[in-house]
Amino acid sequence: MSTQHVAPPSAILRHAVLLITGALILIPFVWMVSLSIKPPGEIFRASFSFWPAQFYGVENYNKALTSSPLPRYMLNGLFVCATILSLQVAVCAPAAYALAKLNFPGRNLLFALVLIALLLPHEVLALPLFILGYKVGILNTYAALIFPYVVSPFGIFLFRQFFKTIPDDVVHAAKLDGFSELAIVWRIMVPMALPAIIAFGIFSVVSHWNSLFWPLIAVRDQDLMPPPLGIMAFKNEEAGNDYGPLMAATTVVVLPLIIAFLLAQRWFVEGLTSGATK
Amino acid sequence: MSMTAHTAGKQVRPSQTPRTSSGALRRHRSAEIFAAWSLAGPALLLLVVLFFLPVFGVFAIALTDWEFGASSLSFVGLANFREVFADEGFRISLINTILYVVIVVPGTIALGLAIALLIESGKSFRAFYRAIHFLPFMATLTAMAIAWEALLHPTIGLINQTLAGLGLPTANWLRDENTVLPVLAGIGIWQNLGYAMVLFLAGLKSIPQDLYDAADIDGADAWLDRLRTVTLPMLGPVTMFIFIVVALKAFETFDTVQVLTQGGPGHASEMLLYTLYRESFEYLRTGYGASVAVVFLFIVVALTLIQARVMDKRVHYQ
Repeated sequence: MSTQHVAPPSAILRHAVLLITGALILIPFVWMVSLSIKPPGEIFRASFSFWPAQFYGVENYNKALTSSPLPRYMLNGLFVCATILSLQVAVCAPAAYALAKLNFPGRNLLFALVLIALLLPHEVLALPLFILGYKVGILNTYAALIFPYVVSPFGIFLFRQFFKTIPDDVVHAAKLDGFSELAIVWRIMVPMALPAIIAFGIFSVVSHWNSLFWPLIAVRDQDLMPPPLGIMAFKNEEAGNDYGPLMAATTVVVLPLIIAFLLAQRWFVEGLTSGATK
Repeated sequence: MSMTAHTAGKQVRPSQTPRTSSGALRRHRSAEIFAAWSLAGPALLLLVVLFFLPVFGVFAIALTDWEFGASSLSFVGLANFREVFADEGFRISLINTILYVVIVVPGTIALGLAIALLIESGKSFRAFYRAIHFLPFMATLTAMAIAWEALLHPTIGLINQTLAGLGLPTANWLRDENTVLPVLAGIGIWQNLGYAMVLFLAGLKSIPQDLYDAADIDGADAWLDRLRTVTLPMLGPVTMFIFIVVALKAFETFDTVQVLTQGGPGHASEMLLYTLYRESFEYLRTGYGASVAVVFLFIVVALTLIQARVMDKRVHYQ
């Protein structure tokens, strides 16, 4: 109804304004890609053209991928994100099931602890976690990048909310069929809660792929660095003013999430805004 | 609803088998309790080790003069906090952070709302426009900060080239203490406005159509009238919510400062989380760093509690 009032001129205006704001939003991305395919001479000659007179993309991307451990950074990021997410689901789903479907003394207290943990920003915990990692002797290893995140209060909270919407009859029926509680979690609740698991998975992977603060504290070794930390090292070391390869490297780091986002836009929006409760 | 089903079940069962039930029921109950704790046990243990002990740890360390690596420490009471608040550097960092939040939050909300209203005012290309404007929110900020640095480059950057081409004054944006904080705030708005937009779009969808129909009957048929009488009032709760969430994100800004300015020039772009990082992990002033963390924690928890109140109200409201 309300949209029928929009006359053609205002519809054109709508597209014009949104195309302009959209273009402005995209400038950093466009400029990044543009510099990544330009030779040094053209970068420093300062022109407005997006497309280079001499295509230098192969050289720049080749340099980014070979003169720095960029492929290694990407693999590190993939490994760390996948490990964190698997451990989070493994730890959070059973706890969320207990909170949603089982009746036990201490349940409310446990849920209160989850809500309090949800309040705590991770940066505040960094110092004691750094000391803990130091005492255990795992600083500067993959374990250091992973251990603070193996339990996610937000994951427990989100899964509990979703599990609560699954009827109790489903649980009773499974028990009559001889399912153990653990089997109910993994073979009934988690498959039924797949939308919540996917939303949480996107939230978790995006935040850990992009995170700089904790990796900066946890590892020094270049071979262990996830992409954001690696690209900072790349910038500080060799490529300070060698913009072509540096922009090629940033493009490579940003690309996987952007492709995934464009393929599954609705899921990403849902996953990242479900984090609004955090 | 599930609660009533549960209690009803409990009442029925004993009456069916009055004699044997109490033992069986107790066994059943203790089996359930055992199952619950073995399922929730690992999560509880990890919450204690990774969240609750560290948070007590931060408070405890903040009361000592400990420096990382030193073998001895002594209790100094609130001396660290007195030092933090007397420290010119910390005061600048706190003021910068507040200024940054004061620019980013209204900027993000105004632009996010405007774009959401524009997208929602027509039917075509909605997903396309939403995707474009949401892109910065999920792109790796460390990498995009480097792209911004190239844009802001004093001689070869696109921004100065454009300004010079238009005959306008240029600046060394990230090295000038008058421009550095607004520029970082601009990047903050660029990153977060898509997030605000998506939440506003969800808010717009939940406004019932009858309200617009009623406004039509009341003669409020111009777009601006309907915006003023229906849309904006109905967006009140979601706006309050976005306000807090974006404020929290702005308070936690770290990546752009670390990559682009390291708090400089001078202290002009120093912000709380960067101060926390540098004092704790570069200068290894552990006790001092912990007290900065405590101050930061108080700010974030206060904002989150306000958010929880707002969310509560919104739930009751619907």
